[in-house]
Amino acid sequence: MCTVCGCSEDSEKDHHHHGHHYGQNSAGLHIAGMSQEKIIQVEMDILAKNNSYAANNRAFFLKNGVLTLNLVSSPGSGKTSILEKSLIDLHDKLDLRVIEGDQQTTQDADRINKTGVKAIQVNTGKGCHLDAHMVKHTFDELDIKKNSLLFIENVGNLVCPSAFDLGEYAKVVILSVTEGEDKPLKYPDMFAASDLMILNKIDLLPYVDFNVDKCINYAKKINPKIQILQLSATSGEGMGLWYKWLEAHMNIVKMLQVNSQNNT
Amino acid sequence: MHEMSICISIVESLEQMIKTNNYKGIKKVWLEIGVFSGVEVEALKFSFEAAICNTIINHAQLEIIEKPAKAWCFICGENVIIKQRYDSCPKCDSNQLTVTNGEELKIKQVMIKE
Repeated sequence: MCTVCGCSEDSEKDHHHHGHHYGQNSAGLHIAGMSQEKIIQVEMDILAKNNSYAANNRAFFLKNGVLTLNLVSSPGSGKTSILEKSLIDLHDKLDLRVIEGDQQTTQDADRINKTGVKAIQVNTGKGCHLDAHMVKHTFDELDIKKNSLLFIENVGNLVCPSAFDLGEYAKVVILSVTEGEDKPLKYPDMFAASDLMILNKIDLLPYVDFNVDKCINYAKKINPKIQILQLSATSGEGMGLWYKWLEAHMNIVKMLQVNSQNNT
Repeated sequence: MHEMSICISIVESLEQMIKTNNYKGIKKVWLEIGVFSGVEVEALKFSFEAAICNTIINHAQLEIIEKPAKAWCFICGENVIIKQRYDSCPKCDSNQLTVTNGEELKIKQVMIKE
């Protein structure tokens, strides 16, 4: 028997001296005027700050009916080439804007500006991804129009950008046939986070050892809902379907915009 | 290396928490990291040490609780633990799994000085 309180010693495991709540520091005591330690439940999302910026961006895009796509891929898969070709083909019909993310240089924004579409370069410096706050800072200068199309070309990196929501409508992951067909398995987080996969450089298929069916199977294994388009920004093959995809999703965004106006 | 940005976010959140609640400091922080969160635990620990330098939570200890990935199987209706996104159901071998857990990236709790 316990000589302090008379409780049974065989309940030693949960012997309640530890649970008397005199004070929850290691000595189990609280002395007035002395500091003590306490454990506080937080349950806070680490990316809460980024996510709140992203939610604001998303609300802005919805209010203005802007289709915003976050283009992600490894370096060299042809993100900028697809963009250039798309902008040249679409800029007569649509209001277009581009945010270019790179660690250094304004080379990509310069390439885009040559097509006549307004582009802003965001240099992340040593950072490996864009975040929602950086995107927000471009809005004033970009002068984003109602019912326009905004492309955000993320830093070429198949890992880090998957964790950072920018407030986009969808992530579009680009993979080229000069890379490995097993990239969806090797970098699953990005393929799981994307709504559309573009398989680029299909004009090179006769010269490379790339199994399209296998690649599509891998992507669907990671993300059964992922949509897939095959195209070549160089030859123009398949670009028409990509433009149709953009048009369809611009219409969806318009409907969402009308819905949100009716609900407020 | 987005682990560094994640650690900077953690430090900012904790600094805010100290300020709002008038705590004297934070002694220890527990993070919940899912295996599909895209975070490398070793890199996170390394970055954390660097991120807390010269901040009010300098010397805070870090404890990481790794959370397993779980999925729901459409075919057998079971909740199962998986290791990779491309795993098939360990019970019935079907591929129709919906990932339900494993993307956690959370500050679970903190030990404060008050």
